[in-house]
Formats: sequence, structure tokens, C-alpha cells
Amino acid sequence: MDMTTQGIPTAQPYVPAKPAPAAKVVARNVNVHYGEKHAIKDVTVDIPDQAVMAFIGPSGCGKSTFLRCINRMNDTIPICRVTGKIEIDGKDIYDPALDVVQLRARVGMVFQKPNPFPKSIYENVAYGPRIHGLSKSKTDLDEIVMTSLEKAGLLKEVKDRLNDSGTGLSGGQQQRLCIARAIAVSPDIILMDEPCSALDPIATARIEELIDELRSNFCIIIVTHSMQQAARVSQRTAFFHLGVLVEEGETQAIFTNPREERTRDYITGRFG
Amino acid sequence: MTDTTAHTTSAIARRRFDTTSPAAQAAVRRRYRAEARFKAYGLMAIATAAIFLAVLLADVFMKSLPAFSTTSLVLNVAVPADLVAPDQKYNPAAIRNADYLPVLRNALKAAIPGVQGRGPERTLIRLLSSGAADGLRERLAADPALIGTSVKTSLLLSDDADLYFKGGGTPIFTRASRGTATPSDTTGTITITSSAADFSENLVALKLIMTERASLLSAEAERIARSTAPDAADRAAELRKQAEELLARSKDRTAAERLDSRLPSLLVEINGGLVKISEVAADRIEGDVLLTLASTNEAKPGDWRIVTYARPESERKISDLEVAFLERFKANAQVERSFNWRFFTSGDSREPELAGIRGAVVGTALTLIVTLALCLPVGVAAAIYLEEFAPKNRFTDIIEVNINNLAAVPSIVFGLLGLSVFLNFFGLPRSAPLVGGLVLALLVLPTIIIASRAALKAVPPSIKEAALGVGASHQQAIFHHVLPLAMPGIMTGTIIGMAHALGETAPLLMIGMVAFIVDVPTSITDAATVLPVQIYLWSDLPELAFQAKTAAAIVVLLVFLFVMNGTAIWLRKRFERRW
Repeated sequence: MDMTTQGIPTAQPYVPAKPAPAAKVVARNVNVHYGEKHAIKDVTVDIPDQAVMAFIGPSGCGKSTFLRCINRMNDTIPICRVTGKIEIDGKDIYDPALDVVQLRARVGMVFQKPNPFPKSIYENVAYGPRIHGLSKSKTDLDEIVMTSLEKAGLLKEVKDRLNDSGTGLSGGQQQRLCIARAIAVSPDIILMDEPCSALDPIATARIEELIDELRSNFCIIIVTHSMQQAARVSQRTAFFHLGVLVEEGETQAIFTNPREERTRDYITGRFG
Repeated sequence: MTDTTAHTTSAIARRRFDTTSPAAQAAVRRRYRAEARFKAYGLMAIATAAIFLAVLLADVFMKSLPAFSTTSLVLNVAVPADLVAPDQKYNPAAIRNADYLPVLRNALKAAIPGVQGRGPERTLIRLLSSGAADGLRERLAADPALIGTSVKTSLLLSDDADLYFKGGGTPIFTRASRGTATPSDTTGTITITSSAADFSENLVALKLIMTERASLLSAEAERIARSTAPDAADRAAELRKQAEELLARSKDRTAAERLDSRLPSLLVEINGGLVKISEVAADRIEGDVLLTLASTNEAKPGDWRIVTYARPESERKISDLEVAFLERFKANAQVERSFNWRFFTSGDSREPELAGIRGAVVGTALTLIVTLALCLPVGVAAAIYLEEFAPKNRFTDIIEVNINNLAAVPSIVFGLLGLSVFLNFFGLPRSAPLVGGLVLALLVLPTIIIASRAALKAVPPSIKEAALGVGASHQQAIFHHVLPLAMPGIMTGTIIGMAHALGETAPLLMIGMVAFIVDVPTSITDAATVLPVQIYLWSDLPELAFQAKTAAAIVVLLVFLFVMNGTAIWLRKRFERRW
């Protein structure tokens, strides 16, 4: 900072402020009821693009439920009722005029237990692009498959057995296949529901590496039980407790200097 | 500190699982014995079922064997040049419509010379089946140049003659002669005298039978005398008189005896002919000539024989004359046994030797194709709708309950439904595979729906979620992912349903498939019959030969079932995906 001889800071040349990037996902007063049970209470949060957001909290606190609201997977559960507003890129995703199938093409999901289709590795990755008409020819489709497998860090291992069954891979490889399947349709947002909980530490480390690489191109939201993982992988963190969003902010801030007492208790291991 | 740890460790040691004491070992041995017993029960259950199945199959198979072979006469048939008009000689239709009866008659008479009289001639021609000329007919129609020549052809025998050669006749015993025999004539009723009392054994045997009969009659007389019927005394007296006469005759060693049809038949084979004995004395017999003798010359000992047909004529369907003819054909090596291809190539017939299973097999195949084409798509679609798309409300519950109820409805009710709706209201052709298939499809539909639903429910929801997560629509997720994984279960349901449909008789009887259908059906609107109904119809017919045919039809039905199920299981294996 420039200072005059009298110690008064001089005005800096005018640089127009960079506009804060608009949040990719905007949630306002979201409530979710499973029949009688009020699972998510008045959640309001902004999720940024090109970053990893982690949802942490004890079991049953509603983080997976909230995650599934973002790609409307809760629609498959008949007793589930969602109220409130969730906007992606400014458009309300619960608008009746919106096609939920196209939404799910833009918002990919990776589940807790790897669930590749019982088809070949190639078919697993090619299915999404094929049904959405993203490829114009076989070579196009090949390229999409190869690129996705490459980005998921799986290509080197399965390059020469693309026609083998997807279910014949190891757990870590299956999960990477699921990630490749999710990114093959070029979504804007990737939702990951505890993707490493069924994997060993080495496979977990590779997936976390992968998430770090993908961050520059996608908005990634990851639900995780492990606080260490959240600390390693995410830029922003949200702490849920009993269906309520207790605290949300930069990961560093949450873990070193949480504002709420409940957050502090959870992080220090008092409960959870 | 050490005290407490020592205390805790010994406490832990004390609570360790006891494996070494005799009681523990006895418990282990008890467990092993219980497991071995359980395995033995399972094995016994399977063995019992297997034994029953093996016995059933063996019985059916053994009974069916006679139906798979057929007996024919191989004769040189002189086809007269005037069989058809000269200008029609190359017209196949005219050749087929010609009268072959005189041709066959002449061929038979040429094979057995000396048959005279309308009676014996009729007996001879009745040995052949009514369709005996079919082979000859086709050969001449294909090659008219054979008309006017002598053609060696096989002529199908009638069902009684066929059964004779399959063991339905009589055991035949031959006894060598000791003396010289002199026949009195070559035809008609003749006398044969023997120089060495050759017939004395037969006479003695007859006398013994007389004695037996006499004692039976007196026993019967006693029984009647003791009864309280009004004319008991008179009847008893009459029977006693008959018994006495028989006894007197049997005691008279030299008197000749007449033979009746309740006794085994006795015949004399002499000078190339055959004489049926009607009266026998020790050194002389009187009888009727069945096969003409070559001459009235003397026959040296060893050149003539005494033949016994052990089963009396009254217990046989085939008379002595017919046996004589058939044995002569056999001696001339003119009888041929071959595989019964006709059983598989011709339709039903009133004549057992001409009846075939082809009509029923084709009818069954057409009916099952209609059934499968209707119930598989409808059943799977209904299951998918109920499982995935139907709203969970009361209406859906009612539908589900009713589908389960339909699976338990007796099959004959479906037949009545077919009769009233398909035949009377819609006016579809009676006894057609189309209607049969419709009725059976209704029958099988609940089974397929229930099995398909179970198969769809068994697919893990993670697959559907994964598909939805990639952005597939509900329909795409179902048809691309869930349905292929549910295929093995759906195929199992289909196999069970189709096997059920294959054996259903009652509903098909109601829609008229009980009619006697001769032609092989060519489309699903032709009148047809199906295998179970054919079995039912044949089992009811009086001719003895149909019994073997019924068993053979059962064997064909079982083979049909195995082939159908085998194909379905192979298809299911191909659809099965490992996960």
C-alpha cells in the first residue's frame, strides 16, 4: 500500500472490482418431509462453481437427503415431499415445466456403493452419451469414452479390456468407473454421496486426487463422514445437524475456527 | 493391580468354549449324526420321487414300444395293364383313384395258392389294412411305367394281424410224428389216418380235460342244489346229468372226442397244407383243410407234424385260419417289420395301423405359438406397469388381488369362457388353434404376471438409481437396465406357464377340440386337435392296438415338453448376466 510521508494511505488507482462469481446452486428455505418426519428444516445455502463443497455431519442428519434434492432423486421416493427453492444457474429446478431427465444429465451423481451397470466397461461409460445423443458417430462415442476414462484415471488400467464386464473390477476401479460414467455426459455439477466409504485408503487417496483434478471443470458437492477427507478435499464446508444447516463457510475457517458451538463439538469429536 | 489382572485373565480362561471334555465330544458327535440324518432324509425324498418317476416313465415307454414298429407283407404284386384307361395312364389322379382291391386280392391268392371260397378269401384280404395299397398307389402315380409289370411292394397289415406279430397271438408248439399219415383229400373236410397212433397223447389230454369239466359241473350242480331258487332242483339235476355224460365219455378210452373253441386248437401240417382237427381218435383225425394240401400222398414219419395253438380260439381276436395264413406268410419270409414312420407323418384315423400323431403335434405347436405370442408380451407389460408405473392406490390393489385369484381358477372355467365369448359371441372357428391359444393364454397370463413381478422386484434398486443418475428417463431405466436383468426370472415363469398350457385338456375340450380331426392343420384357423386331447381320445377307443398308440402319444408329449423346456432354459442361460 502506498503511503505519503505523513502516513496517510493514498488512493489506489481505480480497478473495477471483479464481480463475485454467481453461485452455481442456490438453495433457499428448503424443507423435506418423509411422510410425517421432517428431515430437512429450512436449509439456505449457496454452492459455488469450480470448487468442491463438502457436507459433513453425524449419521442421519440429512446431508444425503439434501444432496439428493439437487438432482431430484428424491422424486423416486413416493412419500418424500420437497418445499422451498433450489436454483441451478438461476433456474428453479422444481419448476413443473422443467424436464427432470435433462436436469439429471446436467447434474451427475456418484453413489456410496459402486454400482456399475452389469455391462461392459465401454457400455457403462457410453450409455449416458448415447441416450442423450451427445455423439454423432462411433468414433465420436469412442473418443468420449476414452476421455472420460482418462479423466477418471482408469484408462491405463482397462485400456485393453474395455469389453470386459464392469462388475469384474475391484471396488476402487468400479467407483472410478462410476465417476467416468458420470462425467461422460459432461454435467455441470457432480454430486458425490460418500464415494469413498466402501473403499480402502489407497483407493480413497486416488479418488481424492481425482476430485482435486476435476474441481477446475466442475462444481462438485461431496457428502462425507470423514472430516479429514472434507478438510483435504473441499474449499467450502457445510455442517448439518438433525436436518438443520448449522454452519457453512470456507473449509479452513470451519475446521480451525468454527463459529457455532455444535460445530466445534462435532469437529473435536465430542459427538458424531 | 496384578491381582485384578490375574483375576480377570483366569475369569476369561474359565469362560472359554469347552471342546475337549467327553460331554462336549458327545455333543459334537450328536450334531454330526443329526446332520447326516438330515442329509439322508433329503436323499430319501429325492430317491423316492426319482423312483416313482422312473417307474412311470419306464412303464409308459415299454407300453409304447409296439406302436413304433409296423408289420407289412412284402409281395410281388402283378399290376394289371388295365388298371386305368389307356389314355389316362400318365394321369396321377386317375392312378390314385383306381380300384386296387382286385389287385391286392390276386396278389394274396398268388402268395397262398389254393384258397377257395368267399369266406376264406374275405378272411385273407381282411388281413391287410384298408390303407395297404397307399404305398403302391404313390409308387405307380410317380412312375406309371410300372403299370402292367410285377412290382415288389410292402402292404400294411391290419391292426389285429400287426398285433399278432407283436406277441398278441398264441404260442405254437409242434410235435414230430412217429407214423405214416394218409390224408383222404386235399380240400374240405378230410380224414387223416396215422399208422402209429400219433394222436393218442392229444386224446388222453382231452379225456383229462373232460374229467375236469365233469367235476366242475358236479360242483356247480351241488351249489345250485343248495340254493333256494325255485327251479334249483331241476337245474341241478340237469347239470348232474351232463357231468355224468362227460365222465362216461372220459372213461371210454377209445371213443373219439370233438374239439371246441374253448380248447387249444390242434392242427396237422401235412403235404404243404394245414388241417384243423375237429374230431380226434387215437390213430385217426377228422378235420377241415385250412391250407390246401399239395396231394393225397402218404407222408412219411418226420415229413408231417402235429401243431398246437396253445391259446384257445375263444380267447383270441385272431382265428385259426388267420393264424394259418400269417404263419404261412412268415414261413415264406414275406413278413417285414419296420419303423413306423407313418405314426409321425399322418393324421388321426379310425384304423389303428393308419393313425398318426402329426395332426396333434402340429395342432399343439400352433396352439402354443398363439398362446406364447399373446401371453408373454401382455404378461410382461402388465407386470412392468403394475411394478413401476401404477399409482399405489386401492384400484391397483384390487387388480393385484384379482390377478392372484385368476391363477387359482379351475381351467375348465376358462374353457367355458372361451366357448361363450370366443365361439358364440365373436364367432371364431370352432376347434381352431386360434381359439385354443386364446383360452390357454388367459390361463397362463396370471402365472407370467406374478413371476415377472417377482423377477422385477428382485433387481437391485441401485441399478435403477444408477441409470436415473446418468439421466435416463424412467422408461429407459426400466427397458435398458431392469428388464434385461429380470429376464431369467421372467423366462422361468414363462417355462412354467407354457408347460402348464401344454398339458391342459379340459378347457380345450370345451371349445370343441374333442372332434375327430383327420387332416393335419395348416393354419391357426383350421380345425385341429392337441396332444393331450388326442391321448384322451385314443385311450377311449376299443381297438387293442390303440393302447400302444396312446402310450406312444404320451411319449411324444413328454419329448415335446423336454424340447420346449430345454430351449427355454438355454435361452434363459444366455440372458443371465453375472453381477
